Amino acid sequence: MINFIPELKARGNPSTVMNFFVPVIAVFLTVITGSIIFALMGFDPIFALHTFFISPISTSYGISELLVKATPLALIAVGLAFCFKNNLYNIGAEGQLTMGAVFGGGIGILFYDTSGFWILPLMILGGAIGGALWGLIPAILKVKFNTNEILTSLMLVYIALLILDYLVVGPWKDPQGYSFPKTRKFGDSGRMPLLFSGLRVHFGIIITLIGIFASWFIFSKTMLGYQLKVTGYSPIASRYAGFSQNYLIYIAFIFSGAFAGIAGLGEVAGPIGLLYRDISPNYGFTAIIVAFLGRLHPIGIIFASLIIALTYLGAEDAQLFMQIPAAVGFVFQGLVLFYLLGAELLVNFKIVFRTNI
Amino acid sequence: MDNLILKIDNISKSFPRVKANKNVTFNIKRNTVHALLGENGAGKSTFVKILYGLLKPDEGQMYFNDHILNVQSPSEARQKKIGMVFQHFSLFDSLTVRENLILGIDTEMSFSSLQKKVNEISEKYELPLDLEAPINTLSAGQKQRVEIVRILLQDPELLIMDEPTSVLTPQEVESLFKTLNTLLKEGRTILYITHKLEEVINLCDEVTILRDGSVIESSKLENETAETLATKMLGKKLSEIKTDYTHIKNKINLKAENLSINFNDPFYTDLKQISFDVKEGEIFGIAGVAGNGQSELMNLLTGEGIEGVSGSLIYNSVNIKNFNPKKRRDMSIAFVPENRLGHSAVPELTLSENILISQFPNNNFISKGMINHRNIDTQAKKVIDEFNVVTPGIDAKASSLSGGNLQKFVIGREILTNPKLLIISHPTWGIDAGAEHAIRKSLIELAKNGTSIIVISQDLDELFEISHRMSVIFNGKLSRSYETRSISVSEIGLLMGGQGID
Repeated sequence: MINFIPELKARGNPSTVMNFFVPVIAVFLTVITGSIIFALMGFDPIFALHTFFISPISTSYGISELLVKATPLALIAVGLAFCFKNNLYNIGAEGQLTMGAVFGGGIGILFYDTSGFWILPLMILGGAIGGALWGLIPAILKVKFNTNEILTSLMLVYIALLILDYLVVGPWKDPQGYSFPKTRKFGDSGRMPLLFSGLRVHFGIIITLIGIFASWFIFSKTMLGYQLKVTGYSPIASRYAGFSQNYLIYIAFIFSGAFAGIAGLGEVAGPIGLLYRDISPNYGFTAIIVAFLGRLHPIGIIFASLIIALTYLGAEDAQLFMQIPAAVGFVFQGLVLFYLLGAELLVNFKIVFRTNI
Repeated sequence: MDNLILKIDNISKSFPRVKANKNVTFNIKRNTVHALLGENGAGKSTFVKILYGLLKPDEGQMYFNDHILNVQSPSEARQKKIGMVFQHFSLFDSLTVRENLILGIDTEMSFSSLQKKVNEISEKYELPLDLEAPINTLSAGQKQRVEIVRILLQDPELLIMDEPTSVLTPQEVESLFKTLNTLLKEGRTILYITHKLEEVINLCDEVTILRDGSVIESSKLENETAETLATKMLGKKLSEIKTDYTHIKNKINLKAENLSINFNDPFYTDLKQISFDVKEGEIFGIAGVAGNGQSELMNLLTGEGIEGVSGSLIYNSVNIKNFNPKKRRDMSIAFVPENRLGHSAVPELTLSENILISQFPNNNFISKGMINHRNIDTQAKKVIDEFNVVTPGIDAKASSLSGGNLQKFVIGREILTNPKLLIISHPTWGIDAGAEHAIRKSLIELAKNGTSIIVISQDLDELFEISHRMSVIFNGKLSRSYETRSISVSEIGLLMGGQGID
């Protein structure tokens, strides 16, 4: 009898081809698994996949919604890449996003009845500063006390959410809002301009593209990007090179926090227009998946943000047309991350089939 | 041919980039000391790992006492009465000798019977042990003793010794040889793995020479001389290196005075009042058994580990004791640490990108925070050309190079910056003979042009070959310095054992 036994064999060098294909494999396996899940639930998998992945983007409105969701995801993810490249696990982008929305949105509320071209840039700046300051807290704790940034950045998410909560039910509550937990609306000067009439896609997408281009430039052309890369691969080599580890920790968290903060401001100044409790459907956490699906590369992150944004839209459509809970979107996001981590193995190992007689 | 203990028949083993063993075939006679001789990278370690069940051969077969030997794990090998003492000790540093011995035996044994057996072995083979001592307080020689006793508890017929003398002082080597002779008298067989010719000649009955993974010859030692062994091991004759004192200037380049550092950590060696100086054009060697403070001293000299340092380190009349590596490079000091992958080079980056790791003020790699890719590419090409680095090109990942080629690249990178002072640790550790020779020659060449060089090395042959003056580091203290031409190997050996260092 002949058996084919799969065996893992170490590649001498990491495979560049696989490095590119790992996300493709992960998405492919996610779709396969998804259709099996749909089939087990009693749906026709082809119909379900169509509802989930094709119909949401078959109209210009759908495309616009896709871009609206991809806008914050891509910006946060490329910010996170500054941390992840440096092996700093910033899990707190959701909190940095929230504080960006609070700082920038606060400016919007302050000038709600003023108009001027300077209001929106000031709000964006406020968003960046709010996010960066919130990102700096875990960085300072790590440098001064060697705390684990995974824990501190995560805990700060909940603190940020409670601060927002306090503001919208307390001091910043809309005086004419019938006690609803929300602030008053920003003035027109405090809103992201829409790019096409009738569609929700807004100026934030331009900011995201600028952010992505700037990151690509920093990663590939500057000494700062090089320092982040070397430190991420090998802290010992980085110390040998004489790079300041502490400086790099601060820089990574500042970029990461600022990008998340701008994304948060983009949400409240874009589609939402005011502050209330649920400004983000977990964009800050989902962006972690986007960053890794995009292999921490700015171009990869663009594609990854579109794919993950589609899981949000697909989940809404699935809820509407198939009466499946929208949480199925999170299932897909989880599956992508799961397969991504698994397929990562193929970069350094290959599967060979050994015949055993 | 009936008295063979081990027959090795056509063993082959490949790794992703290298064929480590090619049809290795030879026999080991019972009750002999059989040497397996070869340069670093010749395939010796791969072979013994196969024999000991740590690796599986791709092809071939072995016969132990005329039975097919097919061990899946070291514990199975030990059950079959094959024991091995590793080059790098496999002991738990924080446990005591007794605890390590208990962990090492595969069968259950009561405390008292273990004690009895250990005492017997200690006495019989003159291997005194303090059972309560934690491993991290022992010297390398004492640790090896623990390893040997642990193996003897299993009563092996065949004992494999993998480069046993690489961390020992010459005096410790002598007592090891005594023990091995006692073992031989009892009828045991020893497979002795080494790259040192002298040991083969002094100790062994038969020798198998391995080069590039193949057996070059397997014969009785009486047919061989040191010269014939060397030629067969290396494959070609290498030109001799001559040390020359005439170019050394009387100007002191670096002066260390009472450098001390306290770690309060049992896994680090405290440095105690280290003083030395290096003149322009001089190569100053620091010898010593591994683990006596070499890496701590290296980190102190490069600026990578300077927290809490006292004393002074004067370079060109500036005290650079608290400078970080970058600031030292700005003063034209270059360093090559012991580890290549992940320390002096980043394996995941290309050779070109690895140029940027060490930046000196006179190279135009960066302007206004931007990387000048063209300049680093040119520099990478220059290093590859001038130092004969074998690689597909500047875009090859550092991890794809062999140890010797990567070391040539790293050393070339530092030398081409034209440093005034080069500090280098274990320059030829784990690389092939050709690269070793090229590196030593380029260091001597550099010194001739006026650079001061500090070489920290465990390899006494190397230090005697290239250094003008040397000191010995022992337990965090540095001996006074001796001119290489006026001190003998055995005198250095005594210093390495701590005698003569207060």
